[in-house]
Amino acid sequence: MSAVTVNAKINGDPVEFVCEPDETLLDVLRNRLGMTGAKEGCSTGDCGACSVTIDGRLTCSCLVLGAEVEGLNIGTIEGMANGEKLHPLQKKFLEHAALQCGVCTPGFLVAAKSLLDHNPKPTETEVRFALAGNLCRCTGYDKIVRAVMDAAAEMRRA
Amino acid sequence: MRYERPNTLQAASQLLAKEKGSAYVLAGGTDLLVRLRTGFVEPDLIVDIKRVAVTRTIAKGATGWKIGAAVTGAELGENAALKKAWPGVVEAANLIGSKQVQGRCTMTGNLCNASPAADSVPALVAAGAKAVIVGPKGRRTIPVEQVPVGPGKTSLKKGEIIESLLLPARPARSGDAYLRFIPRTEMDIAVVGVGVSLTLDAKGVVKDARVALGAVAPTVLLVPEAAKAIIGTKLDARAMDALAAACSAACKPIDDKRGTKDYRIKVAGVLAKRAARIALDRAKGSK
Repeated sequence: MSAVTVNAKINGDPVEFVCEPDETLLDVLRNRLGMTGAKEGCSTGDCGACSVTIDGRLTCSCLVLGAEVEGLNIGTIEGMANGEKLHPLQKKFLEHAALQCGVCTPGFLVAAKSLLDHNPKPTETEVRFALAGNLCRCTGYDKIVRAVMDAAAEMRRA
Repeated sequence: MRYERPNTLQAASQLLAKEKGSAYVLAGGTDLLVRLRTGFVEPDLIVDIKRVAVTRTIAKGATGWKIGAAVTGAELGENAALKKAWPGVVEAANLIGSKQVQGRCTMTGNLCNASPAADSVPALVAAGAKAVIVGPKGRRTIPVEQVPVGPGKTSLKKGEIIESLLLPARPARSGDAYLRFIPRTEMDIAVVGVGVSLTLDAKGVVKDARVALGAVAPTVLLVPEAAKAIIGTKLDARAMDALAAACSAACKPIDDKRGTKDYRIKVAGVLAKRAARIALDRAKGSK
């Protein structure tokens, strides 16, 4: 296998990395770039724990090859807070106790932010459908949905 | 494994044709990456076609729509004009997977994955879609129903790549719809899927129709008898019953964990009526 050199942007910063051609973006983020926010759950695109955005579009980083992102803009959970200042979604997840073990949380936050970027005033049904690609085995989802609805309301007021 | 990202489909086709080992086309990758990760396939070569501009484009011309092979489900859903012309096709494509999967998955991939239960395929078949294929011997265009030949198998030859899918322009008073049955509300694989496309005359009589069924045979089925059952009618109760009977009669399903043969045969008829009703309402509402 011959390694591939890739230039991309992650959370706005230019990044250069070398990866194997069959290595996923998720593995590149975690193992080569030390960005362990995106989690590996299923590796088959079903659980959403590895959610990132590519050129603003939500996707599972386990379903993308590292080599594919040449020249593209990747958004990860590491880019969500502004320094020490948490994003309203992150704050509301804490307030509503919308997590227990926390493995699914980065994926939920990235997916929820992607939803609110496109739809600032979602209904509860829309939130549930938009987050159907993220699995949580702890919370039963209600607290997550409440946190997202509350964050959306707060962001509309801001 | 080698990863190549050529700038033209001709170059992509040559790479695939020359490869002595196993070679795969990569567009959205939502099926291929899963197979790669689980060891189901061990490619020697992956050819990413996303750098080829035509594969990323939705174009509307005089004869209809041209949808590039790498256009994602999310992009289809955001194209208001396409959604207006072919709501059933777009809805079907948007049923595939989650938001995350929609960000990557493509109708051409859904077609080439050749699953009998592929959601976009019955809608495409009902729409009369065609696949434009680029290969070592040049270009050819075939009806989409001729692409899958069995579960996981296509009629594409070595070196051939689907460049785009063509959807015809819509005559006045036309509508289409796709419905699937799943035991959940989201993120599931069709137990049965039905695509219906129809055009009415000025009096509201069906003058043209195509009906396709998914997940009830080794490949998606075009069912001419079902179309025949509604052409020349106003989709009254009798025509609806004839449609359902024709659909049920065309099914050649298997028993599996998602449903039994008998269940699939019954549901195919029920869903066909519901999809036809939606297509009819859309045709009446369209100019």
